[in-house]
Amino acid sequence: MDAANYLYLSALLFTIGAVGVVVRRNAIVVFMCVELMLNAANLAFVTFSRINGDLNGQVVAFFTMVVAACEVVVGLAIIVTIYRSRRSASVDDASLLKR
Amino acid sequence: MTTSNSLVYLIALPLLGATILLLAGRRADKWGHILGTLMSASSFAVGLYQLSLMLGRSTEERPVGQKLFEWISVGSFKVDAGLLLDQLSICFVLLITGVGTLIHIYSISYMSHDKDRRRFFAYLNLFIAAMLLLVLGDSYLNLYVGWEGVGLASYLLIGFWNQKPAYATASKKAFVMNRVGDMGLSFAIMIAFATVGTVSFAGIKEQVDQTSTGALTAIGIMLLVAAAGKSAQFPLQAWLGDAMAGPTPVSALIHAATMVTAGVYLITRSNFIFDAAPTAQLLVVIVGAITLLFGALIGTAKDDIKKALAASTMSQIGYMTLAAGLGPVGYAFAIMHLLTHGFFKAGMFLGAGSVMHGMNDQVNMRKYGALRKFMPITFVTFGLGYLAILGVPPFAGFYSKDMIIETAFNAGGIKGILLGSITLLGAGITAFYMTRVMILTFTGTKRWDEDAHPHESPWLMWLPMAILAIGSVSSGFLLSRGDALVNWLHPLFDHHEEHEHHLLEPIVVSGLALTMVAIGVAIAFFKYSRQEVAAIAPENVSVLTKIARQDLMQDRFNEAVFMRPGQQLTQVLVKTDEAVIDGTVRGVGQLAMTSSSLLRGVQSGFVRSYAALIFVGAALLIAGIWVVVQ
Repeated sequence: MDAANYLYLSALLFTIGAVGVVVRRNAIVVFMCVELMLNAANLAFVTFSRINGDLNGQVVAFFTMVVAACEVVVGLAIIVTIYRSRRSASVDDASLLKR
Repeated sequence: MTTSNSLVYLIALPLLGATILLLAGRRADKWGHILGTLMSASSFAVGLYQLSLMLGRSTEERPVGQKLFEWISVGSFKVDAGLLLDQLSICFVLLITGVGTLIHIYSISYMSHDKDRRRFFAYLNLFIAAMLLLVLGDSYLNLYVGWEGVGLASYLLIGFWNQKPAYATASKKAFVMNRVGDMGLSFAIMIAFATVGTVSFAGIKEQVDQTSTGALTAIGIMLLVAAAGKSAQFPLQAWLGDAMAGPTPVSALIHAATMVTAGVYLITRSNFIFDAAPTAQLLVVIVGAITLLFGALIGTAKDDIKKALAASTMSQIGYMTLAAGLGPVGYAFAIMHLLTHGFFKAGMFLGAGSVMHGMNDQVNMRKYGALRKFMPITFVTFGLGYLAILGVPPFAGFYSKDMIIETAFNAGGIKGILLGSITLLGAGITAFYMTRVMILTFTGTKRWDEDAHPHESPWLMWLPMAILAIGSVSSGFLLSRGDALVNWLHPLFDHHEEHEHHLLEPIVVSGLALTMVAIGVAIAFFKYSRQEVAAIAPENVSVLTKIARQDLMQDRFNEAVFMRPGQQLTQVLVKTDEAVIDGTVRGVGQLAMTSSSLLRGVQSGFVRSYAALIFVGAALLIAGIWVVVQ
């Protein structure tokens, strides 16, 4: 199969994730969309690794997975804390930094 | 040149006194005046010691120097803070510390009722230190430090009673007019540095031959401006009359004997420059001649005893400036008149202070009269100073002033006749106004205020007056005996002994001068002694008298020509500053504020809008890269 198809899939997944981040209000959903974007990037890395015939892209993909795992831990902790204090998981409610 | 490590004590002692008195504050009130006097006296002792050392050396080895520290070292430009004591500076050192100490002693009594007497002595010590630095500096830059120092001390002392607004204004006027002169000195230093490459006296003297006449003339004229400012010479003379606002000992020390003669010192010290720049030298003579008559004319119309003496000081310094402008033949005579004048004028000022002391600080001579019987010592000491300034033989002024008149006549050609006539005329007018002062103050009828109880001053006051009177009697004879001072100063000046043709023999000059003096005295006698003197200055006087009473319009002239246009210029500059400079600065600030408040809208606080902006930004970036790569 043409390797380009994987890139199309990656772009599609990234776009879905990006639109989700911008459109959805629920912090958990936004968070999952971010994960989707990360995985789309991972897919692109692995594909390029395949196209170029070396392992650099795959190595980066592993790094991304580790970072994503850390991010999930911290991110979920923040979301839970916000929910506890405000009884809401909407990202639009947490807008105290404006002005 | 030999070095001496004790020169610095001359300056350090009074400076230490000033520092202690200023820092100790009220705690030093009890003994401040004694410390100040001791410091001045010990500086005088160091001066005498230096003189004794100097007399013991041969002529070539007499100048001694001391390097204090390396002051400025920038590339090839080096200035050391160094002192130089030669035959010229030692004259000044002894005059400053000697007369200074006498005036310190006088002030102990004169200022005894003033609660700020300690501060007064601190300033006096500061003045002595600065004035010594002025005459001891071995370069124009060192001299400049002392020059500014005496300006500061003069300002502080003129405005010593600055609770009176008029006195505070007088001190400001003196300071500002001195600044004009100081600017001349700083320009002279800059020109010297730019053209000659050094600012030390010895360095410039060495390179005078290689320097263009134009540059030397420029330096000379700037030095003349400086001298005019400090010595109250035309056209910067207007401050001296108002400077009489200061306590009388200050007028005696600073505005008669020492500081105002600094200009003459500067010109004499720069003799090598003026000798090589005839134009500048001619200007010096002209300034001296104008001031000589100017001061004398003002002196004839003043009723304030101190202002009359101040006008006389101006006139006498005019004589010195004129002599200094006549070149090598005149320098020594300028210094001689300076020294004798230091004695008799300081003595007369102290006498005036003594009279004021006895007359409730009244300065109007029309309110005096018949004080001879009540103040015999003041009368005698003042009278001896009077005879000295008139130039009656054998008093001091006879030797010094006649020498100047004679040198002026011998300047050659029409210039000599003109200058000689002016100096003779000046001598006549001097005789007139000094006789007027004597008659109005000491003889005639009592015109006192009702509450005046004149009495002789205490011994602390009359002792300095008596010593100065002895100086007024003897200094001229001592200094000119066997041409003592001329020979003493001779090594400093390039005096080529030429057989100049003498227009008039010395005896003829003396005869003419004495005739003029006699005429002046006679006119004053008939005008003021044979007629009743009005206790209030008459108003229906001639236009000339009115002009002379207003200092020959010098203040009005300065106001119309310099002050008003100056104020308008400042107004324009202030407006320009507000509109252009401030406008630009405020505009930049306004721009930042407006643009930031516009951009602030972007910071909505909504995470999703930030995310959207990031996406848009990334998309634009990628699109941009795309376009560039394509």
